[in-house]
Amino acid sequence: MLLIPCPNCGSRDETEFHYGGQAHVAYPENPTELNDREWAEFLFYRDNTKGAFAERWLHSTGCRQWFNMLRDTVTYDIQSVYPMGTPRPAPANPAVPDSGTASTAADSTTTGAAAPSTSATSITAPEGATK
Amino acid sequence: MSNQQLPEHPDFLWRNPEPKSSYDAVIVGGGGHGLATAYFLAKNHGMTNIAVLEKGWLAGGNMARNTTIIRSNYLWDESAAIYEHALKLWEILPEELEYDFLFSQRGVMNLAHTLGDVRESMRRVGANKLNGVDAEWLDPQQVKELCPILNINDNIRYPVMGATYQPRAGIAKHDHVAWAFARKCDELGVDIIQNCEVTGFVKDGNRVVGVKTNQGTINTEKVGLCAAGHSSVLAEMAGFRLPIQSHPLQALVSELHEPVHPTVVMSNHVHVYVSQAHKGELVMGAGVDSYNGYGQRGSFHVIEHQMAAAVELFPIFARAHVLRTWGGIVDTTLDASPIVGNTPVENMFVNCGWGTGGFKGTPAAGLTFAHNIATGTPHELNKPFALERFETGALIDEHGAAAVAH
Ligand SMILES: Cc1cc2nc3c(=O)[nH]c(=O)nc-3n(C[C@H](O)[C@H](O)[C@H](O)COP(=O)(O)OP(=O)(O)OC[C@H]3O[C@@H](n4cnc5c(N)ncnc54)[C@H](O)[C@@H]3O)c2cc1C
Ligand SMILES: [Zn+2]
Repeated sequence: MLLIPCPNCGSRDETEFHYGGQAHVAYPENPTELNDREWAEFLFYRDNTKGAFAERWLHSTGCRQWFNMLRDTVTYDIQSVYPMGTPRPAPANPAVPDSGTASTAADSTTTGAAAPSTSATSITAPEGATK
Repeated sequence: MSNQQLPEHPDFLWRNPEPKSSYDAVIVGGGGHGLATAYFLAKNHGMTNIAVLEKGWLAGGNMARNTTIIRSNYLWDESAAIYEHALKLWEILPEELEYDFLFSQRGVMNLAHTLGDVRESMRRVGANKLNGVDAEWLDPQQVKELCPILNINDNIRYPVMGATYQPRAGIAKHDHVAWAFARKCDELGVDIIQNCEVTGFVKDGNRVVGVKTNQGTINTEKVGLCAAGHSSVLAEMAGFRLPIQSHPLQALVSELHEPVHPTVVMSNHVHVYVSQAHKGELVMGAGVDSYNGYGQRGSFHVIEHQMAAAVELFPIFARAHVLRTWGGIVDTTLDASPIVGNTPVENMFVNCGWGTGGFKGTPAAGLTFAHNIATGTPHELNKPFALERFETGALIDEHGAAAVAH
């Protein structure tokens, strides 16, 4: 069970919120120019990061506002909460050192041979255009 | 049924060899799917110079964590075909693997609680029959006859308005299934290597030629990914993306009870599924946590919700105690169907996205994936489940239709 710090209402139980998936995924700027592959990327492909992940949450039974949150998907530690439309903050603690459970570093998404950054292939555009 | 004895284990199950420097094929992930794939590669395609690499202990992932429900009453033709093929294999595998893993065809009921449920359920019974899958519609009285402990009163929040019933469906002892496959794999010469985590891939241009592991680099001609929960982590190491999101999914068991629950009951609407294990525990599952997670634990409110549903449907469970809860990490797709087939990397194949329901598919996943790896082209049964469907739009949308929410 997560205790989520809503920026407007303070810390509330997870059951008051609705999950919105990956943050910073904007509607394509020129939709008519997208090919099938690019549409598939926009509709069905999202990052599935093991480690610090920027995601959207809606405080559905509180202020009913969306906000962004940086959360570790292994330890479930909430690292920061920030408004929609602002860039993802730099991780406060990049290495996530003594989290107790499995280190995110061992499995971090950059360990692979020649793995391109997935954010390079995702469609990012100016903020605020989400959903 | 519940008074079935647990089988004696053969005294020899598998060797624990050191990894060789090269193999004809490497399977990543030693869960049910990885082991079944290795078994069919060896048995059907004569590929025996192969290894299954498992980062933890054999079948300690979702294979050891699932609620073991096996059925094939899926709506769409493509799904009915692959799950029904799996069910037919479940029916012959104990003999073929020479290992009784207590496949118990005690039937599965999927309850309907609203008019919408009733219509959807009847439609699915019709579709199942057309696809040669055994299916019946039961009215509440028939439900009660099959499972007397179910509350069919109409004064509860979501009364039972009927159920679909698949008599050939049931449960099996999941860890015994894994051990059965592992033992046969070993007999056929397959190396099963535990505590061997794949940390990267070696590529020659766009072709995979090896895997990097915590036990060194292993050269191989082909790689099959069977790493439920971590499929997208591995794909990213290999340089491609998958339309997969990993979510925690929990289950729980009670203490042991006398046999009281003769079948398997699932409810999509109030969201709980219950069976009674061979030893006597009540085994219950529910839905995934909404958020992405790799932590192998889930949220308590999901358990509260499923318990509330269970107690309303089965009033006699009110005094049962929860003995253990645990979580697994399931890889979900947006159409709630698996991905089995080729990848953008040459000689690398992927089997993933079975979400909350891949245990039942284990034999067919193994059979079709082995075919795909050995021949480079999909088996008829896994062709519709290719990665390309997200681009072509030929989705197999089992959300809701599959009789349980994903
Ligand atoms: C609580 C719960 C209940 C479920 N109930 C049912 C049910 O009733 N019926 C049903 O049909 N299905 C059910 N499922 C789903 C089913 O368990 C899965 O779909 C299925 O087990 C997936 O295939 P698998 O057995 O190979 O996965 P797993 O057993 O998870 O195998 C994947 C393996 O890959 C390994 N791995 C991961 N990364 C690496 C790496 N880098 N290197 C090496 N190895 C790696 C993991 O350690 C793991 O052992 C349930 C799942 C859960 C969690
Ligand atoms: Zn709020």
